[in-house]
Order: sequence, then C-alpha cells, then structure tokens
Amino acid sequence: MTAKKTVPPTLQELAATKTGDPDMWELRLYVAGKTAKSQAAQENLKKLCEENLPGKYRIEVVDLLVYPQLAKGDQIIAIPTLVRKLPEPIRKVIGDLSNAERTLVGLQLRSTRS
Amino acid sequence: MGRASTNADSLKHSLPKAQTGIEGLDQITGGGLPRGRPTLICGSAGSGKTLFGIEFLVRGATQFGEPGVFLAFEETAEELAQNVRSLGFDLERLVEEQKLAVDYVHVERSEIEEAGEYDLSALFIRLGHAIDSIGAKRVVLDTLETLFGGLSDTAVLRAELRRLFRWLKDKGVSAIITGERGDGTLTRQGLEEYVSDCVILLDHRVNDQLSTRRLRIVKYRGTAHGTNEYPFLIDENGISVLPITSMGLQHQVSAERVSTGVARLDTMLGGAGVYRGSSVLVTGTAGTGKTSLAAYFADATCRRGERCLYFSFEESPSQLVRNMRSVGLDLEPWIKKKLLTFHATRPDAYGLEMHLAMLHKLVNRLEPHCVVIDPITTFANVSSSKDAESMLIRLIDFLKSRQITAFFTSLTHGGNALEQSGSGISSIIDTWLLLRDIELGGERNRGLYVLKSRGMAHSNQIREFLLTAHGIELSDVYVGPEGVLTGSMRLAQEARERAVAMTRQQEIERRQREIDRKRRSVEAQTAALHGQFEAEQEELMRLIAQEQASADVLRTERGRMAASRQADNPGDGKSAIPLRDTGGRK
Repeated sequence: MTAKKTVPPTLQELAATKTGDPDMWELRLYVAGKTAKSQAAQENLKKLCEENLPGKYRIEVVDLLVYPQLAKGDQIIAIPTLVRKLPEPIRKVIGDLSNAERTLVGLQLRSTRS
Repeated sequence: MGRASTNADSLKHSLPKAQTGIEGLDQITGGGLPRGRPTLICGSAGSGKTLFGIEFLVRGATQFGEPGVFLAFEETAEELAQNVRSLGFDLERLVEEQKLAVDYVHVERSEIEEAGEYDLSALFIRLGHAIDSIGAKRVVLDTLETLFGGLSDTAVLRAELRRLFRWLKDKGVSAIITGERGDGTLTRQGLEEYVSDCVILLDHRVNDQLSTRRLRIVKYRGTAHGTNEYPFLIDENGISVLPITSMGLQHQVSAERVSTGVARLDTMLGGAGVYRGSSVLVTGTAGTGKTSLAAYFADATCRRGERCLYFSFEESPSQLVRNMRSVGLDLEPWIKKKLLTFHATRPDAYGLEMHLAMLHKLVNRLEPHCVVIDPITTFANVSSSKDAESMLIRLIDFLKSRQITAFFTSLTHGGNALEQSGSGISSIIDTWLLLRDIELGGERNRGLYVLKSRGMAHSNQIREFLLTAHGIELSDVYVGPEGVLTGSMRLAQEARERAVAMTRQQEIERRQREIDRKRRSVEAQTAALHGQFEAEQEELMRLIAQEQASADVLRTERGRMAASRQADNPGDGKSAIPLRDTGGRK
C-alpha cells in the first residue's frame, strides 16, 4: 500500500515538519488520551531517539480521541502505534515501546546503527 | 411472504429484531437478526459471508433507513464495490449519500513490530468514528480473524475482541461478524465464544459437480428458529434463502374445482376437474403424452385468465410451443399476455436446492395460480432420490400453502413398475393420473387411468388417450370378451362389430323382402286363379246360354213340326219330354 500523508490542517506543528530534509526522521506516535501506556510510549520513544537519532528526529503525537479520522490514513488499529513516516518505507511499531530492542528493530535502527 | 412460519407472530414480542431484507431469511429467523447485538456469520471461503454482510447493510440503508458501516479487513472499498456491482448494489452512491461507510483495515504483519503492551483502541476509535459520522445502526466486520494473522499477541487479541463485542452492544448497533470456518469448529479462531446471541453457518457444498449453498441457524438466543439447513442462492438480486419447511399440514383448502383442460378428463374426475390448490401428478413412460397433458393444463389455466408458471426441464419454451401446435394448442398468445411464464433450465444447471430456490423465488415474484413442473423426475437425477423426495415434499407444501394448483409430470422408466412415481412422492399427491403404453397388435397406444383422486368420485376406467391434430381426446377403450383393445385393434374390433351388425341388418332386410315377395306371389297367384275362374265362368255362362238357345230352337222346331203334322196337342208348343240336344250345334 502507499503511505498517504494525511495531514490535518489544524495541526500546525505537523505542517512545520514539512522540511524535506532527507536525513530527518519523521516519527508519528498515535495515542488515545493520556493513558499510562501512552505516557510510557512517549517517554520511551523520546529516550530512544535521543540515544540513537540525536538531533535528527521529529516526533508528532496524535491523539486519536481528538482526531479519530487520522486513524484511517495510517491504518492504525492498535494503541500506541509508532509510525516511521520518513525515511521510507513506512514502518510501524505497536506497543508502549518498553522493549527497546524490538523498537529499534522495528524502526530498522538496530541493523544500521548498532 | 410471511406465511411460512406460523410461529413468527408469537416471536415478535420476544426480541427486537433488525430486518435483514434478505429474501427468506427474515422468515426463518422470525423477523431478522437480533437488534443491537452481534451476529456471527461463519462459513468456508466462498460461502457468501461477505456478500451476506454487504446485503445486510445495503438493504438496511435502502429499505429500512438504517445506515451501516462496513469494516473490511480483506478487501479495499474499491474492490468491494466492484464485487457487488453485479448484484445491483451501488456502494459508491450509498457512501456519497452518507448511508454507508466503508473502512478498509489493512493489517500486515511484516510491516508491524510489536514492542510492549498495546490494545486495539484505535480500531474502536476508527469504528466509532465511522459509526458516528453517518449515524450507523448496522455494522459488519469482515473478517476479524485477519487480526490474528497480523498480530501475534493472541491473549491481548482475545481480550480485545471480548471488549469489542461488549462495546458493540453498548453502541446498540446490529452487527455482523464474519468468520472463516475452522477444522471441526465454527470459526478458526473460536469467535463463536464471543458472539453468544446468534450464529449462522453458511455452507457451500459440491456434490456430483453441482454446488449447493446452504444456510443454517446454529443458534439464536431467545428465538425459536428453524434448525434445518435452508438452501439459498446468490443471483443478480443478491441472496435469497429458501424458507421452505414442512408446514405442519395446516394449510387452508379450497373446494373450488378447476378444469384440467381436457373435458373428458374432467368428467373422469368427478365431472369437474381437480381441486384448486391440489397437486396433480402425471406419470408415464417416455412418449406417453405427459407434456401435452401438462400444456393443456397450462392452457386451461390461462383461459381462465389466471397466471401459470411452467418449469420446463427438458424442452426450451420455443420448442414446446412449436410442438404443442401439432396437437392443436397455441400457447403463444398466453405468453404474450404474460399469463404463461416459462422457466426452462437444464436439470444439471445447478443443484437441487438451487432449483428449489429458483422455483420459490419465481413463485414469489409471479404469484401464479398454477405451477407446472415438467418433469419432477429430473431432480432425482441431480441428487439422491431421498433429497429429491424431501425437496418435492417441501415444494408441494409450499405450493399448497399458497393455494397454487400444482401439476407435475414424472417419467417412469420401462423397467420400473408402472405404478411408481419415480420420486416416491405419490403418497402426498392428491390426484394421480397414469399414462401408459398399451402394446397390442403391433402398435403402441396410450391409455389413461386415474390412479387416485382425493376427495372426489372418479372414474375407475381406462380411457384411450389420443393426441390428435385438434387436441387431446379420450375415448372409451373396447372392453369385450377379447380383453381391452386400443388403437387400430379397437378400430378393427369396432369394424368387425359393425360388419356383424350390418350383416344382421341385411339379413333382416332380406327376410322382410322375402315376406313381401311371398305376399306378392300369393297375391299374384290369387289374381291368376281369380282370372282363370272368371274365364271359366264366362265360358260356362256362354255354354249355358248356347244350350238354352238350342233348346229354344228345338222347341220352336218341334212346335212347327207338330203343327205341320197336325198334332193333337197344339197346346203351348211345349214338349212333355225335354229333348236333349245331342250336340247338334248349328
């Protein structure tokens, strides 16, 4: 399937990510409200990125309770889901990212930057 | 519709139902699927699960004003729309009209890494969003099992599915969940554990290269439902389930009689034909005139201005129409007036149930007064005779419940006993006519018997069944000291009898003529004798007169002589002694 970039016009911070920097990692984390899992996922993601992609990443957090229509575009079924929009191809990691090893494999960071 | 299940009325109070609009299904479920609850539709690949779901939504949106959401796990919205377009469902238009929402959920294991705890809230959110966006009352999830292929944590999945069904109930939507049939279980992933209200099993079997689709309600909590397998078919109008069951013999009967189209046959059947709504079976070997009789029956129906549905499994309509012209029957006008509808298919075009479903559908659509099935024996060819029998019983029950007069023909084979219907349904038939060959004197002729006819005095005699250029004729057979004679033997016998009668008549006439002649000869003789007598009398009279004349002359002479002799006795000239004339004539 093709990765459609469903960018809601209301999200200004998303609009700001359209930099076109080829080295930039664009990551999107889908959550649903402020649940423990959501919080954990955000914290784990931030930590992983700082360790592995310092200064080369951008994280958007999308709350599906606020923007339910966005779930369709990225084919989200699980919460939390991390989507690597760039670099392509699209990769998805589901779960609270507590398993750092698997998260890195899922983002294909383990094979390239081990 | 709605006459089939007598318990449907009592069920209306039990559970709120969401009508599916699928032909026949609402009848066997007593009103539809449970409203506000999930229903599991399971079946193997290609059994029609997806179509079932789509039709549930489309009918809901178009007929019952209930918008629906289709959550597709296997096909994209475009693919779905394409697949059902041939069935007359325009999904795109419904989506535009906000009556339908299709969401394609793509789950691909290779794209997903699992790292830590998760739940399926996003799926709920997606579904919830779709439901809320169009105010959906119906939901179809096709098929959830794909999730098991895409996600590895089955413990989480199961917990989430349980939550999903709970959530669907709370949402108050009538949902259909489809599931692929597993080995020995209804669904591969045991979805039936979660859906406890209603489970429907679709089945697609192939026997002898003929496929038959069947539907069975495995369970339906709170509803007395038919537990049978119901055949269903998928055609250009979607799914139609055949709600034919044995109807408990409670149908109303009519005392009205209808003509069979052959006057003499009506006479044999108590003088008035068969009862409306009864079933008539004509059995006979090949070429005994079953189809002709059926055609006459159809013709009589149309003549009354009633509709007739003619199922022909051996001849195409045009061939049948042409052939019937040869026996003085033109069916064409009835077809043009739409009183007569032919439905011709090859018996092995589809399975038994498909035939029955087709039949049922056409009867529902056309509402005929009479149905002709020519012949029913073909059904036995496409399945076991037991199946065929049960099907025919259901069919007859169905037709009877509608007061439709049924006319079946049945082909018996030469080797079989003649009094065999070929499908074992003779006991439930009301009027049974037997056409048989009578082979005699080097020719075959047709005989017709009324084997039985319930509820009327009927003739026990055999009639010769003649197909002539101006129609069917029944004539008396010759029953005499030499047995039953038909055909030319009958004609010969009749000729012989005529000859005998003629001879006798001639004899009588001859005798009468003889009497005449005798009388005439006697009269002639009498006349001759009379003439002779007259002649003799005349002669005698003449002699007498002569004698007298002679005597006078003699006396005169004697007187003169005496006078000349101066006799002393001049007197009166009379001689005392009469003188005999001794022949001295002249």
